[in-house]
Amino acid sequence: MGSYVLRRVLQMIPVFFGATLLIFLMVYTLPGDPIAAMYGDKAADPATVANLRHKFYLDQPVWKQYLHYMGNVLTLDFGTSFTGRPVSEIMADAFPVTIRLALVAFFFEIVIGLTLGLVSGLKRGSIGDTLVLVLTLVVISIPVFVLGYIAQTVFAINLGWVTATVQDSTDITQLILPGLVLASLSLAYVARLTRTSLGENLRADYIRTATAKGLPRRTIVGRHLLRNSLIPVVTFLGTDLGALMGGAIVTEGIFNIQGVGNILYKAINQKEGPTVVGVVTILVIVYLVASLVVDLLYAVLDPRIRYA
Amino acid sequence: MSSTAVDTGKPARDAPYQGPLLEVRDLHVEFKTRDGLVKAVNGVNYSVSAGETLAVLGESGSGKSVTAQAIMGILDMPPARIPQGEIRYRGQDMLTMDKESRRKIRGQKIAMIFQDALSSLNPVLTVGFQLGEMFRAHHGTSRKEAKAKAIELMDRVRIPAAKERVGDYPHQFSGGMRQRIMIAMALALEPDLIIADEPTTALDVTVQAQVMDLLAELQAEYHMGLILITHDLGVVADVADKIAVMYAGRIVETAPVHDLYARPAHPYTRGLLDSIPRLDQKGQELYAIKGLPPNLLRIPPGCAFNPRCPRAQDICRQEVPKLFQVTGPDGAELTGRQSACFFWKETLDDA
Amino acid sequence: MPDVHDENDPRPLPPPGSGHFDYAGNQGLLVEQDTLLEPDPAKREEARSLWGDAWRDLRRRPIFLISAALIVLLLIIAIFPGLFTNANPRQSDLVHNYLRKPDWTDFFGAGWFGYDGQGRSIYARVLYGARASITVGLTVTLAVTLLGGLAGMLAGYFGGWADAVLSRIVDIFFGIPLLLGALVLLNAFTVRTVWTVAFALAFLGWTQIARVMRGAVLTVKQADYVVAGKALGAGTSRLMLRHILPNAIAPVIVVATIALGGYITAEATLSFLGIGLQDPTISWGVDISSAQKVIRTASFVLFFPAAALSLTVLAFIMLGDAVRDALDPKLR
Repeated sequence: MGSYVLRRVLQMIPVFFGATLLIFLMVYTLPGDPIAAMYGDKAADPATVANLRHKFYLDQPVWKQYLHYMGNVLTLDFGTSFTGRPVSEIMADAFPVTIRLALVAFFFEIVIGLTLGLVSGLKRGSIGDTLVLVLTLVVISIPVFVLGYIAQTVFAINLGWVTATVQDSTDITQLILPGLVLASLSLAYVARLTRTSLGENLRADYIRTATAKGLPRRTIVGRHLLRNSLIPVVTFLGTDLGALMGGAIVTEGIFNIQGVGNILYKAINQKEGPTVVGVVTILVIVYLVASLVVDLLYAVLDPRIRYA
Repeated sequence: MSSTAVDTGKPARDAPYQGPLLEVRDLHVEFKTRDGLVKAVNGVNYSVSAGETLAVLGESGSGKSVTAQAIMGILDMPPARIPQGEIRYRGQDMLTMDKESRRKIRGQKIAMIFQDALSSLNPVLTVGFQLGEMFRAHHGTSRKEAKAKAIELMDRVRIPAAKERVGDYPHQFSGGMRQRIMIAMALALEPDLIIADEPTTALDVTVQAQVMDLLAELQAEYHMGLILITHDLGVVADVADKIAVMYAGRIVETAPVHDLYARPAHPYTRGLLDSIPRLDQKGQELYAIKGLPPNLLRIPPGCAFNPRCPRAQDICRQEVPKLFQVTGPDGAELTGRQSACFFWKETLDDA
Repeated sequence: MPDVHDENDPRPLPPPGSGHFDYAGNQGLLVEQDTLLEPDPAKREEARSLWGDAWRDLRRRPIFLISAALIVLLLIIAIFPGLFTNANPRQSDLVHNYLRKPDWTDFFGAGWFGYDGQGRSIYARVLYGARASITVGLTVTLAVTLLGGLAGMLAGYFGGWADAVLSRIVDIFFGIPLLLGALVLLNAFTVRTVWTVAFALAFLGWTQIARVMRGAVLTVKQADYVVAGKALGAGTSRLMLRHILPNAIAPVIVVATIALGGYITAEATLSFLGIGLQDPTISWGVDISSAQKVIRTASFVLFFPAAALSLTVLAFIMLGDAVRDALDPKLR
């Protein structure tokens, strides 16, 4: 188990550097001058521009920029945004908001997704199963931003149950609707994955053995079937927690939540390199850590991995 | 779990029931598939008594495994369906029993050993837990006690260092050891009858013999009935008392084991026996039954074996042969010998 | 020793990209292994080809027939939108048509679905918008299938350093959610056409197919008939094209079909965020985005492009589902 963990951590390191480098390259080497973008249509003083370029290391070769940046990242210094605010400060404000939203979404994903999956997976071919299949298919087909507007129109504007936009992101009740919208796609996946996994395991030889042993049905389902079937679901859920944070950009836009997605969206539009790279770097780290946790969780759940 | 179970332990064994332990009567099983109705079992009859070993012989697709699964009640229904037949355990038809009584027979009275022990054991539970589960589910034994019993069982099937290995997972054992665990699991509650479905097919030849010997030894010790399902004539000869040969979902011949080997009364059995390589016939071409087993969606009319049979006549293509009682040259019935061939006499005389 | 993407690794593929715009990951993998239980005689019939069997099966599935019909219709609309309307989708008439409500009596006419905030026929825009979505979806899918398929094939077949390099590259791309990466990448382009968007999505998406292909090739490579082919002296290219490819392609096709719907969604989302397609390209995503300003007063402006988009995605996902079921013998 120890060597397994170590191997996983070591594998993460090149991936981390590779992913951040890729983002860095996309932000800094592709056409489009961030300093010019700062000034918009106004003509800028060439001396000031040169000064700014130097300040943000933009006059250095790209690899130096990257090394410089990574050096800073490792000391938790993500640089300064063009507006003069430290990027770490901007993120410190935004991340808790997004984390709260992601957790609300995660909760729905588990509760609703698993319930639907169990209902349809354990009673294949029933009306409930068909309903779940149709429902998830519809949810998967409707893009999140459309779903967001529908939810906003129906629940906030027509029914008036909630406010159309989130006023106070510390109020969990205000995050319920955005959370559901953010979770919608994932929960449809969880439901379908649970169903598929149950279906596969129901046909497994060891379930036949469990039946042949004369175990009561609830023992067969609860102890033998669920334990095995939920392994892929749990691992999906793990990676998805990281993905929910990255996917929050649309939901945050619709419900005007001042989270990471909003920050990122604005930063990209204004070509604010440091903020973009900073936020994406953190998101990549979150994602990689989530994958690591999933791998470890997986080893805990499946002895075949643990003792490999 | 169900500590209220009426029969804990052995009382049923001592019940004054005289007939055979298990009787299968005119069993039919069919599967509904996209391509049509697959008739997997078409009127099988056999019986097993305590201490007796019945070998069910047949190629894949002959219905031997499906029959066994029907007995255990582990067929997936649907797609499977049992339109007709009876499966009597101690005289009581299990097909008409309620689910709960049926479940109590499974594992406790009739247990099953599967071919592929690796996939048949739950990969995420320790073997100790899976063995102990038998006691916990049927006798309501405590977890701790169940573990002690599991170790005892593992010792019983001669797994070395049972105490240390009780917490190991199936994939940590070798193939032979895993099959011993399957045997231990089947044996746990000392059932009346064990059904072993190709128990040694997946194993190395050297290990096969060990596992088979162990099974035979334990069977004798507990005086259990044993249904041994196999396609391997070699395995059968040493351990079985009687043999039922199946073809296309029907029994084509039954006989005491040595009679069958000496004088088969069905051309199919004859073909099977002739296709075994023999040391004293070195240099001759090995016999093989021509053709393929029938498609169960379209079983040929008449005797299912007729397209492959060297003896086939018109009658074989028109009429389904029933199981005929085989008699000796003096006209006396040969006990336990039946053949589903119109020309059983000729076949017998040829041998 | 399971590596991150070991072929023996029984985990489902975690969601590729952000997990929010790919539909293929989890279920696609299930195609790879097929173990049939011995005692079911229905499955042991005479051997038929997987493809012939799948086709026979598909033709009987209503889901397949419906989605295929829908896709054919969408393709016709995408290629010849003028067949269905005479209205010009770019003609704006703010004076007469500003947010005019749908006129249900105007069958197939310009005012059928009403007019948007710039006085343009929504019906015409919905029809003309199909082209961008379908083009992006098909182009990206084709590109990732070819590129990812080739990379996955080479890595899976040759193993060694080729495999090590590809696996690390896949890992790196895997760490970057599709939507975030596309946002950053597309931001560099001031002029964005369907081809720019398709490039960005293909650039970030090919690793998903590469991963699936690699896994499938590794499984097939160990099959006896491949070993036999090798023993009989078949050349590398022959082995790859004749023996491995036909048997490893099924999961790739399934994943790619389902992913197609995901790429269409991704394009619409990017356009919606203002970082995808732009004028003069007509895009459902852009129209939905501009409809958001008038959503309180005129929800029909949002409804029609949104419905068209959802229906298109639904058609492709249903097709992918049907193909997966047909190609996966285990689910029969």
